[in-house]
Amino acid sequence: MISALLVMAGIAIVLGAVLGYAAIKFRVEGNPLVDKIDAVLPQTQCGQCGFPGCKPYATAIAAEEADINCCPPGGEEGIRKLAELLNKEFKPFGDNAKPKPKSVAYIDENTCIGCTLCIQACPVDAIVGAAKQMHTIIAADCTGCELCLAPCPVDCIAMNPIEETLSVWKWKYPVYALSPTP
Amino acid sequence: MTQLYHFHGGVHPPTHKNQSTRSPIATPPLPSKLVIPFHQHVGSMAKPLVQAGDYVFKGQLIGMPEDGLSSAIHASTSGTITEIGMQVVAHASGLPDLCATLIPDGNEAWIERERHNPITLPIDEIRHILRLAGIVGLGGAVFPSDAKLRGGKHHVRTIVLNGAECEPYITCDDMLMRQRARDIVRGGDIIRRVLGADEVLIGIEDNKPQAIAMMQEACVDRSSMRVIAVPTLYPGGGAKQLIRVLTGIEVAAGVRSTDKGVQCFNVATAYSIYRAVAFSEPLLSRIVTVTGNVQKPQNFEVLIGTPVDELVAWAGGKPDTTHHIMGGPMMGVALPNDQVSVVKACNCIIAASDALFPPAPPAMPCIRCTRCAEVCPQELQPQDLYWFAKSKNFGKAQEFHLFDCIECGACSYVCPSHIPLVQYYRFAKSEIWARDNDKKAADQARERHEFREYRIEREKQEKADKLAAKEKAALAAKQAAPVSDDAQQKIQAAMALAKQQAITPKNVSDLTPQQQAEIADIEARRANSQARAQSDAGT
Ligand code: SF4
Ligand code: SF4
Ligand code: SF4
Repeated sequence: MISALLVMAGIAIVLGAVLGYAAIKFRVEGNPLVDKIDAVLPQTQCGQCGFPGCKPYATAIAAEEADINCCPPGGEEGIRKLAELLNKEFKPFGDNAKPKPKSVAYIDENTCIGCTLCIQACPVDAIVGAAKQMHTIIAADCTGCELCLAPCPVDCIAMNPIEETLSVWKWKYPVYALSPTP
Repeated sequence: MTQLYHFHGGVHPPTHKNQSTRSPIATPPLPSKLVIPFHQHVGSMAKPLVQAGDYVFKGQLIGMPEDGLSSAIHASTSGTITEIGMQVVAHASGLPDLCATLIPDGNEAWIERERHNPITLPIDEIRHILRLAGIVGLGGAVFPSDAKLRGGKHHVRTIVLNGAECEPYITCDDMLMRQRARDIVRGGDIIRRVLGADEVLIGIEDNKPQAIAMMQEACVDRSSMRVIAVPTLYPGGGAKQLIRVLTGIEVAAGVRSTDKGVQCFNVATAYSIYRAVAFSEPLLSRIVTVTGNVQKPQNFEVLIGTPVDELVAWAGGKPDTTHHIMGGPMMGVALPNDQVSVVKACNCIIAASDALFPPAPPAMPCIRCTRCAEVCPQELQPQDLYWFAKSKNFGKAQEFHLFDCIECGACSYVCPSHIPLVQYYRFAKSEIWARDNDKKAADQARERHEFREYRIEREKQEKADKLAAKEKAALAAKQAAPVSDDAQQKIQAAMALAKQQAITPKNVSDLTPQQQAEIADIEARRANSQARAQSDAGT
């Protein structure tokens, strides 16, 4: 009887020690919920949600300070993912936040005066250029956040919607008549 | 008699193959123009090498394969390139892609060709030739053959040559095997040599007795090669299904057949491999079955780039044709219009009419009869996949192995509710791919954003450090100067400091005495020569 108790107590102590050690060894740095939310957000860094970037918005959602329907670039799909992640009800976009077609910025290189203001605005360093030199946008890195539009003093940046090409074409959702069961 | 195995499910749709096998492969006259897309294969697009106005010879390379997975594109006949531009291509999307338009001059003037002996040619050379000859899988997958012949970490023991041709209406491989069996077998020899395989199994469905006989005759003197008749059962020509039937090897989900020591090639690919290696003939034409609503269903040897409407006209297209299908009725896609051109993936053109393909009856809700699961050759649960794809529950669809679906259409074929199941699977697959890409883009943007923040932070820090250093220096100078309240003195000290900072170039501070001596030497010489130059100018 005693020996059984001792064995059980011994196991409990060993397991406790292992758990305690694991808690220290594998401690998760930062706030895991914020990171999880951030992983769902599209990383446009556009600030259309009213926060200065995706991570701050994620932090606000985690702290229940922001709603889940404030990110237009994420689309309804994004809201759905957030709702699933946070166990909340799906909420459609409000009137002030409507998703737009995906675009990339394009600099009219004849008008650009090389002021570098857009370079400073771009959150993902997608613009290359130097003072008094023409600037250009690396389309592959541009997230379409539109943050470079406002600072440009000569309004030479335009947003071009991404055209559908063979490499990004998708099969459409099948639409067909569903006859009701008689 | 070899032991054969079975795969799960399968269906028996009416084959409709007899119409197009009555006459041998025909060579049509040169078309009025050829529209040759630069992207006809898996991998990156070939880089155009020609411009509008260029004269090209038959077989001339006009699209260079890019690095990595890619393949070459050639002029299918001699003539003049009139345009390099975007044109609608043979693809379900109906979207344009980069194409070269070639007006034939009627001379069929070949570029220079060499003959090689495939038995002695170095193996690396063979792969190189195939890459530049634009040889890709002709069963429909258009995967570059040179990449397939590279061999992985696993030794390939068995080569399967796929002559099953299970899809209704299509007979191009059948006719090729009947008429050109010898060259197919020689192509099999090359594949076997390159991959160092032990045996070649040629699988042909037993509804093609003539093709089986011809192939058997062609490889009678090869001990390592066997022709095996497999039961006619759709989709027995799927690579995984044929491998299963011939070898009993089950290629599990997400595993490549090479990991199991088997590699599968279409018979037409083997034929093209031989022609390319032995005669330097790039892939300029392929056998295409033209059938359905035409007067004379037949197989043609068609130049790549031939417009579909001209091709169908040679077979006698009937006026009540509604549209054309590329591929078979089970897996094919409707062409966006009949001006698109024949590409390497195009094994069959079916002219469709309402009589041949009556519009599908309206779909009804799924009654969960599981007939689809009974016939699915990949042992999936199509009714569940349909449910998840329909409700856009993509995570669940992937969990239920959506990507194992080969889109054979057996499930839609038997569905009593006439649900277009495969369309849902295609939709779900492309949606998942797009999402993966979005995710990658977001991750990249996050990384770039974080790096930018770090960089800005670092620059700020560096600036602050510099400022601090300057202040410190100023303080030190002030302390060094004789302590006096005289403002003049302070200003002088600051000026001296500024002067010192401004004129002392960094690269001459803290030099060794020896280096300083050298510098002094050089300065002296410079002054000397300057003085001499001045005195020269004076005289
Ligand atoms: S280039 Fe303009 S639109 Fe594109 S990511 Fe940078 S700031 Fe945003
Ligand atoms: S065959 Fe059609 S109705 Fe039957 S379970 Fe499959 S999808 Fe549903
Ligand atoms: S289309 Fe896909 S789900 Fe349907 S039977 Fe074929 S492999 Fe199975």
